[in-house]
Amino acid sequence: MMHVRRSPEEIAANRQRYEEHQKKGLEFAPTALPAPSPLPAPALDAAAIIHQETVPGGWYWSTALKRGEALRIDQGEGGSTVALVAWNATDTSERLNLVDTVKVQWTTALGKGRVIFSDMGRVMFSLIEDSSGAHDCLMGGSTAASNAARYPGVKTRNTRDNLVLVAGKLGLTRRDIPAILNLFAPVRVDDDGGFHWRGKLSNSGDYAELRAEMDMIVGFSNCPHPLDPDPVYAPKPVIVTRFRAPALAVDDLSRTATAEALRGFENNVSMLA
Amino acid sequence: MTDFIKTSASRSLENAVQDHFIAAEAPWSGIVRKGQTIRIEDSYGQQAIDTLFYRADDFAERYSNQDTMRAQGGAYIGTGTKIISNEGNVMLVMTADSCGRHDTSAGACSCESNTVRFGHGTKYLHACRDNFVLEVTKHGMSKRDIVPNINFFMNVPIKPNGEMTIVDGISAPGDYVELVAEMDVLCVISNCPQINNPCNGFDPTPVRVLIWDGED
Repeated sequence: MMHVRRSPEEIAANRQRYEEHQKKGLEFAPTALPAPSPLPAPALDAAAIIHQETVPGGWYWSTALKRGEALRIDQGEGGSTVALVAWNATDTSERLNLVDTVKVQWTTALGKGRVIFSDMGRVMFSLIEDSSGAHDCLMGGSTAASNAARYPGVKTRNTRDNLVLVAGKLGLTRRDIPAILNLFAPVRVDDDGGFHWRGKLSNSGDYAELRAEMDMIVGFSNCPHPLDPDPVYAPKPVIVTRFRAPALAVDDLSRTATAEALRGFENNVSMLA
Repeated sequence: MTDFIKTSASRSLENAVQDHFIAAEAPWSGIVRKGQTIRIEDSYGQQAIDTLFYRADDFAERYSNQDTMRAQGGAYIGTGTKIISNEGNVMLVMTADSCGRHDTSAGACSCESNTVRFGHGTKYLHACRDNFVLEVTKHGMSKRDIVPNINFFMNVPIKPNGEMTIVDGISAPGDYVELVAEMDVLCVISNCPQINNPCNGFDPTPVRVLIWDGED
């Protein structure tokens, strides 16, 4: 006997549970989430700033980030995409997991109020501010080959090699590089699954703030996105500021916006207990 | 079970060099040599088949969902799709697809993500990540080697506004995909045990894997 079918009653009960979750996930969250953060970005409290780094176009950087600290990533002159990866500082086998991030939140569109999950069902980041709302979870970064095809004859740096360098300098290897989050990359998917760059969603001076919900190591690469329409390879510098995030409000947006985020944070609590 | 479907004059059930049945909810792994064709068959229909590929002589080179999507400029997998590694190399090419919809954006179910998606009460249910951990461990790998996978026969439409949701699979009994290997690869499958979403109609079923040598 290869297979014993589940009973129609079992299947119906599971389907009903899924449809209830789906309805809540699709209908509740979008109404609870705010509009993108207004521009220009307000100045950060100088006393809260721990470190500020300007990452030149084409380059990489990594930083430790303690729970309760945050990163402001400011694309400055505009036209930059920042690729981001992250690992749990105390167990680097726990890492950014974008497939779970989009699946559990029922959307590939991340914006203010959304959270970013690890592979262990825990929240790594809360997007506490975000003026762009145009980030890409699907396409990944440039490679030596993709840049050679996009910018023939031009010497360039690329995201893949940058992240191999980030991992290598942390004692990690290419086995440890997860799928990447592209900040400031207005990629949209058409009905046939095709990718398109919607430039109007990206503004000069756009910024995003990610609050750490666990101790982490975070890696960055600052190279043009593979769909960046600019025919010239000219990545601009980005400014990354590590700062102490404001104290949590009782009704902190990221922790209360969706049932999924609530349960993710419950998993964080059990890790810290 | 379903009838054999011929996709090439020289390909028959009798001359397959490997023929595996993977029980409902179970993992499997095996080597596909360069030039060989692997058929993954959804024997009963509506079954998500979570699949990973690793370069056989260097497991640090493995399937990359982002590179595969980037290289083809779109989110779904079908005939003609090149399966791309994290090193940008073509691992396999999909040469046949009787279903027409496969996902590589939503990854595998896990005990941990199920708690977030469906409530803490679903934690202790068998899940694909556990299958993957058990199976890659046989080859000297660990959790850190598990990357976003292909979900053959899983239907995850993404809307222009970003909305995505797992909906009922469209595969019928006997639907199959075929991929020809461009390098020696280790194929790792989790025959998805998920009963919290409709990726397998809430009723996991067995699947079949056939492998043929290359045609001269």
